[in-house]
Amino acid sequence: MATRHASGLAKTAIAPSVLVLFLWMIVPLGMTLYFSVLNYNLLDPGNESFAGLDNFRYFLTDPAFFAALGNTLKLVGGVLVITVVGGTLIALLLDQPFFGVGIVRLMVLAPFFVMPTVSALIWKNLLMHPVSGLFAWLAKSVGLKPIDWFAEAPLTAISLIVAWQWLPFAALILLTSLQSLDQEQKEAAEMDGTPAISFFFYIVLPHLSRAITVVILIETIFLLNVFAEILVTTGGGPGLQTTNIPFLVYAQALLQFDIGGASAGGIVAVVLANIVAFFLVRMIGRNLEA
Amino acid sequence: MARAASLQRRTATTAAGWIVGFLIFFPILWMVLTSFKTELEAFSTPPKFLFFHWTLENFGIVQERSNYLRFAANSIILSLGSTLLGLLFAVPAAWAMAFAPGKRTKDLLLWMLSTKMMPPVGALIPIYLLFKNTGLLDTRGGLIAVEFLINLPIIVWMLFTYFKEIPGEILEAARMDGASLWKEIVYVLTPMAIPGIASTLLLNVILAWNEAFWTLNLTTTNAAPLTAFIASYSSPEGLFWAKLSAASTMAIAPILILGWFSQRQLVRGLTFGAVK
Amino acid sequence: MRTALRILAGAGFLAGLAWPALADDVKLTIATVNNGDMIRMQKLTDDFKAKNPGIDLEWVTLEENMLRQRVTTDIATKGGQFDVLTIGTYEVPIWAKKGWLVPLDNLGSSYDVDDLLPAIRTGLTVDGKLYAAPFYGESSMLMYRKDLFAKAGLTMPEQPTWDFVKTAAAKITDPATETYGICLRGKAGWGENMAFLTTLANAFGGRWFNEQWKPEFDGPEWKAALTFYVDLMKNYGPPGASSNGFNENLALFNSGKCGMWVDATVAASFVSDPKQSKVADQVGFAPAPCQVTCKGANWLWAWSLAIPAGSQKVDAAEKFIAWATGKEYLELVAAKEGWANVPPGTRKSLYANADYLKAAPFAAATLKAIDTADPVTGTLKPKPYVGVQFAAIPEFQGIATSVGQLFAAALSGDSTVDEALARAQALTTRAMTKAGYIK
Repeated sequence: MATRHASGLAKTAIAPSVLVLFLWMIVPLGMTLYFSVLNYNLLDPGNESFAGLDNFRYFLTDPAFFAALGNTLKLVGGVLVITVVGGTLIALLLDQPFFGVGIVRLMVLAPFFVMPTVSALIWKNLLMHPVSGLFAWLAKSVGLKPIDWFAEAPLTAISLIVAWQWLPFAALILLTSLQSLDQEQKEAAEMDGTPAISFFFYIVLPHLSRAITVVILIETIFLLNVFAEILVTTGGGPGLQTTNIPFLVYAQALLQFDIGGASAGGIVAVVLANIVAFFLVRMIGRNLEA
Repeated sequence: MARAASLQRRTATTAAGWIVGFLIFFPILWMVLTSFKTELEAFSTPPKFLFFHWTLENFGIVQERSNYLRFAANSIILSLGSTLLGLLFAVPAAWAMAFAPGKRTKDLLLWMLSTKMMPPVGALIPIYLLFKNTGLLDTRGGLIAVEFLINLPIIVWMLFTYFKEIPGEILEAARMDGASLWKEIVYVLTPMAIPGIASTLLLNVILAWNEAFWTLNLTTTNAAPLTAFIASYSSPEGLFWAKLSAASTMAIAPILILGWFSQRQLVRGLTFGAVK
Repeated sequence: MRTALRILAGAGFLAGLAWPALADDVKLTIATVNNGDMIRMQKLTDDFKAKNPGIDLEWVTLEENMLRQRVTTDIATKGGQFDVLTIGTYEVPIWAKKGWLVPLDNLGSSYDVDDLLPAIRTGLTVDGKLYAAPFYGESSMLMYRKDLFAKAGLTMPEQPTWDFVKTAAAKITDPATETYGICLRGKAGWGENMAFLTTLANAFGGRWFNEQWKPEFDGPEWKAALTFYVDLMKNYGPPGASSNGFNENLALFNSGKCGMWVDATVAASFVSDPKQSKVADQVGFAPAPCQVTCKGANWLWAWSLAIPAGSQKVDAAEKFIAWATGKEYLELVAAKEGWANVPPGTRKSLYANADYLKAAPFAAATLKAIDTADPVTGTLKPKPYVGVQFAAIPEFQGIATSVGQLFAAALSGDSTVDEALARAQALTTRAMTKAGYIK
């Protein structure tokens, strides 16, 4: 399919994006690497000194580090499962023509429209609060004791909020991908009497595999860096239960304006993200090319 | 060909669709309702669904306190500007990677995504210093550049995904009919990719619209978008639910309109039937 | 439609880049916190403009933590984005010592610096020079429900102790009617739960650091204080306490669910405002409880306006600051919005004003609280740091946030009090050693 003139042209077509992203990557990365080996505190400018690997050592030996690592992975994993499975089901549903499907699509997309800090605040105070929240009122109406979400299951609560925010993203990408599924195959299957479940697993799912891979990879990159929702609801607590790596960088370093430390933390986060991406690509990467 | 879907099935689907939609939409609905309540009623228990004292005072207060239109204009310029700029760069790149893939295409795609791995809190000071030294602090141009760069990988990925699903035979057919490359892109590729481009446009406009880290840190007054407008309402001391809800409702209104138009582009099987 | 969009965006882009700058007036960019008093000030700027034509005001309003981060980043990198800063009694001593602030010598003859409340003035003065002018001051106090007290047959003593508070809370608490004896901050944060817990520990005779800068979480005072707090809240506090900050407690108190609440004096004006409180006419005020001592039992905080060093607009900025924190401003607010809405806690003359005292039943209690808060000597045992509910060292924010998380975990039951204290001790020692305080 690729003609000779196309491949030379292809390189020219990709070049601007690559160039621009390369600059965007290398300049901050370079500066961050440079700062990470310095003792650089913003409140003490002009007094920088070489610190070698001290900042990294300090960050990695923080007793909170492993807890933060675990929380990061739990958060990412939980939200991925909910959004991919939920997104697929919703996309299938929204693909059907029914009365008012346009409005329902807009309703499903709506969570993505609201600023993350605002949604987190609404969930925390108007819905999940054990005294004045809506869920508490529902629980009490049926005689159950309301759950104190942010004390008993804070990471779950945050995962729910983040999953709700990202569900529209997954649903929209998967729905768009479903648009290109050949109608004739579907009708042929119906005429043959193929049960819906087989149709789904043998025809629809493979068709969606590329889109699902894309959703997983993009969401992972965003979810590894969840920060605002945690800051606004629990401040990383209680204890360390909702501290993830970006929040640890914030609390450990940025709050004290320790730029050397924050940069070291940032580099560690990048390394971590690369490791996660490596494993993900091993597992599902071939779907990209299919 | 007539669809032989049973009435039962259609009712079930409609009901399921509306229930799911309502459940997901409910927190937003609650937020919009709260924006019409007084602060006292906003957190009262038992919560009131419809029978409360409806008031427009919050919208009045919000409009009086900050210039909504200026923030909204900045948000529109920022989101549309950075996304359209992104499409400009990404469409050729995604076309090349989808239809003329090489050995390194997958690596290239992954590398692009990896530029987003640095947590913003780690890169704040380097970028701030860079912007300060180049005079880009609090400028719309600087902010558009940042939003463009952080979303470019996403735009490329999404377009790549959708382009891949367009059957190559159509392009071959057009080429064999004598169409030049330019015509191929504009008259054959683009119309078929409309659902994909619409959803890419929508999602990336939203990502830029709601981006609250760089927009808050790199702007003060000239270039501040709606995220700064909303940030000024979450008060540490004093009740603010109703006002925050009102400000938020005002902030998502333009997006709802864009969302409505975009989802209308998700029409299936427009031109694929044409191949057969 | 897409083409239309493209054109629109392109035009918008170009217009945005080429926005003409208004070059005639001096433009002051003011970074400020979004509390009620500042919001009110933004509405009254026409008065300033009338008195000072040629100075334009632009506001950047943010929540406290975001504001602090933004402003610190800017001033430390000499970004020059702000001309007037809103900072607190935490930043002023640190920044003034670094030479980052312009001393406010030229606020005008009618400014009357001696009218400022002494405790606040001390907090904002370094080496005899005033580096920031206060527009809002607060301490902490105890607010209680007179009706619930009457029903339980209790009378609030002139100076309550924490032991009294516990017995009173026990008598008032009634979970069946959702009435909880006491509401206190629990949400993690150096300015949230730690502000309160530090004053509690002070009242129990404790302090953050000894004279060698070693933290004292392993001492008897902090253990007594934290155990008391967790015990009190578990038995007589509302559910969800470990994520309740000021706002959540305000909401609870206003809807009638708390018998007592110890928090910022500014809360007094909210809980007695019938427009937002169901119990507005039932609120009584008392000083913050003591235990073994009253020193440091109530905190001190002032939001104030300062000018970054190196600013090109010092004249205009000084004019603005003099207007915003001067006596005439208080009268302006009183005329437009009533005496109860005047920014509290800055000037002696306000508390001598009969109209104000009549409109604000909490005024006397507020004044007493501020006067008794001493940032320099405010603990039972001597301390090497300035500040009542914080230590004015740069590292404090980060350390206290982490400690706050640990104490919130003790409250929610995720760890025991002893574990939380031990971890706090380890964490703080580690950070202070790294920063070079502990040799």
